[in-house]
Amino acid sequence: MALRFLLDGEVVELTAPDPAGTLLDLLRGPLRRTGTKEGCAEGDCGACTVLVGEASEDRVQWRAVNACILFLPMVHGKAVMTVESLGAKDKLNPLQACMAANGSSQCGFCTPGFVMSLHGRAIGALGSDLPVADAIAGNLCRCTGYGPILEAGEAVSSLAQDDAAVLAGLAGLAGDAMTSGVFEARQWFVPRSSDELVEVLAVHPDARIVAGATDVGLWVTKGLRDLQTVVFIGDVADLKAIEETPDGVRLGAGVRYAEAHGALARLHPDLGELVRRIGGLQVRSSATVCGNIANGSPIGDGPPALIALGAELTLRSSAGRRTMPLEAYFLDYGRQDRMPGEFVESVFVPRPATGTVVHVSKLSRRFDSDISAVLGAFALTVETGVITAARVAFGGMAATPRRAAGCEAALVGQPLSEATIAAAAEALKGDFSPLTDVRGSSAYRIEVASALLWRLWHRERGVATSVLDVEAC
Amino acid sequence: MAEGNPLWPEAAMPALAHDSAHLHVAGIARYVDDEPELPGTLHLAFGLSSEARARIVSIDLEAVRAYPGVVAVYTAADIPGENNVGPIAHDDRVLADGEVVSHGQPVFLVAAETRMAARKAARLGKVTYEPLEAAITVEQARAAGSRIEADQCMARGDADAALAGAEHRLAGSLKIGAQDHFYLEGQVAHARPGEDGQIHVVSSSQHPSEVQHLVAHLLGKSSADVTVEVRRMGGAFGGKESQAALFAAAAALVVHHTGRPAKFRCDRDDDMIVTGKRHDFEVDYEVGHDAEGRLTAVKLRFGGRCGATMDLSPGINDRTMFHADNCYFLPDVEILSERLKTNTVSATAFRGFGGPQGMLAIERVCDHVAARLGLDPLEVRQRNLYGPGRDMTPYGMTIEDNIAPQMIARLRETSRYDARREAIAAFNAGSPLLKKGIALTPVKFGISFTTTHLNQAGALVHVYADGSIQANHGGTEMGQGLHIKIAQIVADVFGVGVDTVRITATRTDKVPNTSATAASSGADLNGMAAWRAAMAIRERMADFLAGAFGCAADEVRFTAEGVIAGETRLSFAEAARKAWLGRISLSSTGFYATPEIEYDRAAHRGRPFYYFAYGAAVSEVVVDRLTGEHKVLAVDILHDVGRSLNPAIDRGQIEGGFVQGQGWLTTEVVEWDAKGRLLNHSPATYKVPTASDRPKRMRIDLWDGENVKPTIHRSKAVGEPPLMLANSVFCAISAAIAATAPEVRELPKLDAPATPEAVLRALASLRA
Repeated sequence: MALRFLLDGEVVELTAPDPAGTLLDLLRGPLRRTGTKEGCAEGDCGACTVLVGEASEDRVQWRAVNACILFLPMVHGKAVMTVESLGAKDKLNPLQACMAANGSSQCGFCTPGFVMSLHGRAIGALGSDLPVADAIAGNLCRCTGYGPILEAGEAVSSLAQDDAAVLAGLAGLAGDAMTSGVFEARQWFVPRSSDELVEVLAVHPDARIVAGATDVGLWVTKGLRDLQTVVFIGDVADLKAIEETPDGVRLGAGVRYAEAHGALARLHPDLGELVRRIGGLQVRSSATVCGNIANGSPIGDGPPALIALGAELTLRSSAGRRTMPLEAYFLDYGRQDRMPGEFVESVFVPRPATGTVVHVSKLSRRFDSDISAVLGAFALTVETGVITAARVAFGGMAATPRRAAGCEAALVGQPLSEATIAAAAEALKGDFSPLTDVRGSSAYRIEVASALLWRLWHRERGVATSVLDVEAC
Repeated sequence: MAEGNPLWPEAAMPALAHDSAHLHVAGIARYVDDEPELPGTLHLAFGLSSEARARIVSIDLEAVRAYPGVVAVYTAADIPGENNVGPIAHDDRVLADGEVVSHGQPVFLVAAETRMAARKAARLGKVTYEPLEAAITVEQARAAGSRIEADQCMARGDADAALAGAEHRLAGSLKIGAQDHFYLEGQVAHARPGEDGQIHVVSSSQHPSEVQHLVAHLLGKSSADVTVEVRRMGGAFGGKESQAALFAAAAALVVHHTGRPAKFRCDRDDDMIVTGKRHDFEVDYEVGHDAEGRLTAVKLRFGGRCGATMDLSPGINDRTMFHADNCYFLPDVEILSERLKTNTVSATAFRGFGGPQGMLAIERVCDHVAARLGLDPLEVRQRNLYGPGRDMTPYGMTIEDNIAPQMIARLRETSRYDARREAIAAFNAGSPLLKKGIALTPVKFGISFTTTHLNQAGALVHVYADGSIQANHGGTEMGQGLHIKIAQIVADVFGVGVDTVRITATRTDKVPNTSATAASSGADLNGMAAWRAAMAIRERMADFLAGAFGCAADEVRFTAEGVIAGETRLSFAEAARKAWLGRISLSSTGFYATPEIEYDRAAHRGRPFYYFAYGAAVSEVVVDRLTGEHKVLAVDILHDVGRSLNPAIDRGQIEGGFVQGQGWLTTEVVEWDAKGRLLNHSPATYKVPTASDRPKRMRIDLWDGENVKPTIHRSKAVGEPPLMLANSVFCAISAAIAATAPEVRELPKLDAPATPEAVLRALASLRA
């Protein structure tokens, strides 16, 4: 079957697509749209930023994404906007004109990516409620120091976008049924419902499940691996639900971080701040919360925080559904409790009870768009000054995201006091034997894991604990 | 109006945008990889060494050749001429020959129908090695006596005697990390066959002439058979000065053997593994000073990790020595520089070219003295500045243009340094976990290639009969705005709008024997050469028009209102057409060589620099003593660009240079493991600053002075010096760390980059 997407009003049809081919290579190669650049081919620099749009009720919801790790089946039935789409012939749009005039470009190589991120923000793309600096946290510039780019983003923060034609073009573009194909003996599927997904996985239990491809994309662009059978679940309609209730938030497997941002922030501001610092906006506009769980990474930022809050994971297969505490999913490095033919269907995050002390802290070399050296998450139930329950989870400290049993034991039943924190911080040192790697030494990780517990303590007492909240004299 | 004076523009030089800005934002500025490929173009990838140092026992390329789409695979044996891309020492192999000297060194070259096929096939080579003992660290190289050249010593007086007699003495050490360029456009070259054995290489290179010569030698051709073209680079920062040649050479080799066009666009991870970085250093110092903090004796030892080959390391390490004084008079001084040869990728040029490391070392010395005496480090800095009677550098050059004292004084005032220092002390008193620090550091950067013969440049200007102008010069555009500056200089000569001047791609067949666009020299050298070329044409036109209109040649004026010859006024286009009809040559070359400079490298004495560019910066930071996290809160910069050729471009260089320096000293970590494998080879693990790392409050002022030397329009170079303004960030972080233990009169043991982990170590050092 053919893949079809909309590019500036024209339907681009790919009759025999390589499912591991990237949108970037298609744009720069056959489509000769060389304005979109490859800077790193791993979703970390943003030079390849394009906008992808989908019909969402009566409008088009655009998302800024990294084309370098976007597989072709993922744009099926969608609209794509590149830097060439902007302005008219020989006429720059107001954002481009502002950037050209104010020194936003020096070497110019990263510029189209910045243009697309800021354009997306100006037309209401996913995450456009974020400050300019957050909207471009996934775009690296090595020349300018960012000042003019930030200025341009502030100056042109809203642009009219008439999507009527796009909306019309998208109607019926992908059809209602599952799309699938075979490329060099490798099968690929784009199911539209979770029932179709169950069926595909029943036949192909070992198929690679791809949601946002921000992880799997690198297996291809960097690992040079051939993907065998692949199921793209980004278009499974009934996995996209965000259910926000007084009890908590349920996120379907198709819910992207940027889409879940608001709901998670409403559970607790620390979760909002954590999501803000997961990847750049392009990554969060592709990557799903459940994908961040399902891949089992020991340094995924979502799992420790969700474990601390007592999240539950639901998996589904042709045999039915099963639900488990999130921490039970992570068995060992690279090994998760997911059977062949099974997929993560949703995660449920309970709303913290009033009086629960929640604290989530991410430590990385760079504040934005970096992977944690250590991520600590705490949920302490405190009743009349005594800690009655404690859930403490860490990322970056072990082969999996894991709870800190010794630390929890040292907290429970004790008054929330300096002495308790000191004892728990000491106990925490026995909970983990972290590795030394490129993001930090073992000793550093042990030291700052305890520091995060102290940070909680000081924060509870109203002491300023974040350098991000400080103003200059 | 000045007549034909390169020191004064005819009209004010406006703050014009980059000449390609409108193309950048539209995505239609063309980079090497954006050019349409000719049918049959081959794509290339290297097979890389898995060993840091080893003898190659055998190379089995069976599986590589058999991979679908592979057209050819080459090893060192397939190179017809000299297997070298080294700029000085002829020791940089394109493909390893018999032995490998660093992990990631190219061993074989794959040419395939697609880039993916080439990359995949390149991983299938089976190379057997006999590992040899490798030196990875500075310590190992020192112990093994492994050096790329003899230790160099720059000295004056008797540092040991002065130390012995000093009122106060202190000693310390400092590690300074390397830095990857992380140009957004990776290394890329595209070579095409011409007729009769000629070859055309489009390269992303700061040094097209060197690529030309190296490709010619590689293939056993003459330079006349090789043309190298550079329209623009997507960033370079020194990383495409010598490093671009490898990829151009590989592409040329494939063209030579196959007769097909060949393109090498290197993968980002491979790029970071295969190409060189800023040198990392281990610095030791021993100084003597008086009770007021004046330095009386200074001994510095710089252990520079140069990597496996010479590359540009001699000059880079020389520049470290040249800048170990920064703005300070060092009475009795000994600067020892070890150029350590290690089995890591050869370190190379990077914005500042060794200068930043030298400068950071002496700033740490100032901080150390201040810490011991309990003084404001700025007082110590000001007391040690060059001044009347103390104006001779350790290499014997008298400083004639010292404006550092005035600039520091001005910035101290405009940044409200003293009031903020007090406010910070108050903040710190009330904040148990978060501590602030502030620092003002100056910059004095020597301008000229310290290899004297490189200080030359050529240009070629054409005036067409329709009055349009093409200007070409030896400099390359890497984003620094060189082309717009040259266009402005040329337009100013003819009194035309800058849009009349088209700057064309840098090509070795237009201007030969050029120097690298490096050492911040691009506008100084090429600007003057272009001015001379334009003036030669203007003088011919003036002579002709004087004859035609019956006035003296000096009565012919080229103004914004047109060309005025006596009583006649005509448009520049009319003047050009008239001159053409009158059979006047409207094309000229121009040439410039920097005067006055000479340097005796054996003695390390002389005048290596034509002049100095100055600057100063105040940074305010906050540090979290629990986690080591920190944030730059505010920066005030005062920078000297002489009389600016283009204030908008210059401000962009200052801001960008500062943030790049900030990255070097804070988040950017380059580490090799014990086997010599680079650990940070992608943006996932190598973190350059993002938009939110830019200080929220950043004020940049240009010093309102002019170059005392007769440079083009009395401007000053601007490419490199601003990077070192970021030393203030490092010193401010150190001050914030010190604020956690105000009773300790010691400098926190902080190494660069000041990652949260390094900050925690430094915090611990105060408790020790």
